[in-house]
Amino acid sequence: MDRLEALESQSIFILREAYRSFKSLVMLWSIGKDSTVLLWLARKAFIGHVPFPLMHIDTMYKIPKMIEYRDRFALEWKLNLIVGKNINALEAKETFPDGKLNRLECCAALKSEALKHTLSGDWPRWVLDHSTGGFVKQESGEPFTGVIVGARADEEGSRSKERYFSPRDKHNEWDVGDQPPELWNQFKTDFAPGTHVRIHPLLDWTELNIWEYIDRENIPIIDIYFDHGNGKRYRSLGCWPCTSPVDSNAKNVKDVIEELRSGKFSNIAERSGREQDKEDGCGLETLRRDGYM
Amino acid sequence: MEQLKLQNNNIDKLSKQQMNIVVIGHVDHGKSTVIGRLMADTDSLPQGKLEDVKNRCAKNARPFEYAFLLDALKDEQSQGITIDSARCFFRSQKREYIIIDAPGHIEFLKNMISGAARAEAALLVIDAKEGVRENSRRHGYLLGMLGIKQVAVCVNKMDIVSYSQETFESIKNEYLKFLGQIGVKPTYVLPLSAREGDNITRISNNMPWYRGPTVLETVDNFVKEPEPINMPFRFPVQDIYKFTEAGDDRRIIAGRIETGNISVGDKIVFLPSGKQSRIATIESFNTPVQTEAHAGQSTGFTLDEQIYLQPGELMCRADEPPAKVGTHLKVNVFWMGRQPMVKNKRYKIKLGAVRMPVWLTEIITVLDASELTTDSNRRQIERHDVAECVLETLKPIAFDLSETIAQTGRFVIIDNYEIAGGGVILGSAEKATNRIIEHVRQREKRWERSGITPEARALKYKQHSTLVLICGPAELGKKELAKSLEENLFNSGRMVYYLGLSNSLSGVDINENIERDEHIRRIGEISHLFTDAGLILITTISDLDDYELETIIALNQPNDCRVVNIGPNRFSRAQIDLQMDDLNDMDQAIATIKELLTKKKYLIEYYL
Repeated sequence: MDRLEALESQSIFILREAYRSFKSLVMLWSIGKDSTVLLWLARKAFIGHVPFPLMHIDTMYKIPKMIEYRDRFALEWKLNLIVGKNINALEAKETFPDGKLNRLECCAALKSEALKHTLSGDWPRWVLDHSTGGFVKQESGEPFTGVIVGARADEEGSRSKERYFSPRDKHNEWDVGDQPPELWNQFKTDFAPGTHVRIHPLLDWTELNIWEYIDRENIPIIDIYFDHGNGKRYRSLGCWPCTSPVDSNAKNVKDVIEELRSGKFSNIAERSGREQDKEDGCGLETLRRDGYM
Repeated sequence: MEQLKLQNNNIDKLSKQQMNIVVIGHVDHGKSTVIGRLMADTDSLPQGKLEDVKNRCAKNARPFEYAFLLDALKDEQSQGITIDSARCFFRSQKREYIIIDAPGHIEFLKNMISGAARAEAALLVIDAKEGVRENSRRHGYLLGMLGIKQVAVCVNKMDIVSYSQETFESIKNEYLKFLGQIGVKPTYVLPLSAREGDNITRISNNMPWYRGPTVLETVDNFVKEPEPINMPFRFPVQDIYKFTEAGDDRRIIAGRIETGNISVGDKIVFLPSGKQSRIATIESFNTPVQTEAHAGQSTGFTLDEQIYLQPGELMCRADEPPAKVGTHLKVNVFWMGRQPMVKNKRYKIKLGAVRMPVWLTEIITVLDASELTTDSNRRQIERHDVAECVLETLKPIAFDLSETIAQTGRFVIIDNYEIAGGGVILGSAEKATNRIIEHVRQREKRWERSGITPEARALKYKQHSTLVLICGPAELGKKELAKSLEENLFNSGRMVYYLGLSNSLSGVDINENIERDEHIRRIGEISHLFTDAGLILITTISDLDDYELETIIALNQPNDCRVVNIGPNRFSRAQIDLQMDDLNDMDQAIATIKELLTKKKYLIEYYL
């Protein structure tokens, strides 16, 4: 088996282990390349099906093309899509840059808070209706106990310490110092009532592996990752106020792979275009301990 | 350095081989520094990371350390120790690596184990000044149990001991002696200073008495073990999929092939059930049609003949040596739990796809892995102990001995939702008895009965007592049958009682979250009471398997049990007394059961 086959097999194994172990399972889909690869791997694991819902946390600041892409493939692949958002913060304009919040506070409100309450089911969820293509508001729902996330260990320091199955307590908190052991592909699939588990099938993948796999499988990835002639492309997707495109002439998947392997990005960190990471020395770790993905 | 950079840029364009290496050893012996230095000197760090960490150190008036590159978490930087295993990605000319930085502090042994269990080879780091310490030995011992066959020993901080060859040789000899005792042979023992960069990626002039290899060469010299394709086929059944509501009628047996290979048409056997079938298709998404599958692949199969299966069975090839089946395992366990492992406590074992209640029944010896001393008189297994012991599973499971097939010869133990122990199977320890038989024997010894004999009751009640167990898949009308049967017998003057599942749950149990096997046990005990009192007891249980049925029959002894199966018969061994394919004609079904009960003399006719 080559590297990609080994990664694929391990991710499928983890997804199936999650499906077997958690009655109330959901996968987060950010529309970016990693969670789209994850979604593809789910179709691999379940032989063409995705037997659990996908959740997208919409900050309403997402690059508009992302929403178009999301709805198109959710319909085409018959996905059970749930959208969550922090309506209160958005209505009160407690955001960045519109409101008084800084970037980190905005992330905490629009992403972490929205995620926490949409997962637990105490905030409304908007569910895609496949007959109309629109969304139906659900006032409340059952809490999800297993949450599949596309985090990769090579993204930054705190993610390199994640487990494949990582418990979160009642307050969504991550106890980094006291993580469960994982050995011989036996994971933490038993959990106390009130807690939930985050599942990370992509932990061992690098950014390059992701693109190589997209290439091998011919996965339809959102095209804002490519340069359309102005010498700019997105390397990492997020909200438009905090995500800048990078200078690049990569026009397709093969160009991106070349750029990562031996070209200009072969040793520049992927999240260099994400401003919230720079707010303090350990920005992302602070966010992650508090439930950020 | 320049040359290395150049080489790195010329890396083969194809996706390369990848290897996981763990770096282990006692706390503060410099594991993170070795990795940090290796990454810095092979130019594997993201641009600006080195400068960034150096600047941050300068700002906080702390001396820069290479370990800071790895110990990215706040806690670790302030305490200067590694808390959790971190993955670092780096590539040499030869291949890609994931380097796992394992913590050396005893408090974080479970994190070290998590890191090491993912690795194919290990670098064990020893501080030249401190020498061999407790966790140098403990980690070395655990490598063997974790199944890591390749290890190299790095004697670090040679700069502090003035690059003394004598010091190096003394540590080398001491540690080789220890490794020899546990049967581990390292590929190399090398002197280095990670802080000064000696023997990391280039041979150091500070130690002219050492000619190599460097750490980088040592790592590149580890041999990538091939997938175990030529071993007997082992496929733990992880799940069974049927996505009928999505318009898909395939019934797919899903899992990962641990060892061996298989082709369409091959005859297979599932253990422990012993059921057999043939591979009809190999299922996948977005691939060409496959006719062969092998070790390492997560895949799916459809079968020629539809047999009833549950996750946890082990699929083997019928033309190869089968796995072993049993309930008693002789094992080596290392314990990580906060609470000690004790006898008579219910744990859960996870072995391949098996998840099952398990009990510790015997402790043979307990080993202190850091001193290699043993103790044969221990009553419990403490945290960080390694123990040879016997485990008993609730039902038979399929397994291999770890020395034959490691993948299906190792397991973890769950205590209170947490993985608290890991272990390898040394042998089978089958016994003629089991926990249930032992329990019934004890119970019958203690059970005090009055002068009223079963015969006297039979004469009085005009019936012999028995349990009538109605089983089969759910939703076939078993409860209606049971209730109608009770009513029918009652109206004809019999002493009869219907025990519903829910009756048992709400009446006797306070806790609704009991496990299925505990529920089965209680039904067995309740049945024993009713049948002992001379009644005909009717109960229904869905999806009963052979072992559960045997448990109920054993617990109900010395009284009788008659089994009525509705729908497909999914038992492999159990003898059933009456088989009915459906309950379309309820009156007929009741008449048939009454006929059986009359024939077997439970219902004594009045005129006799």
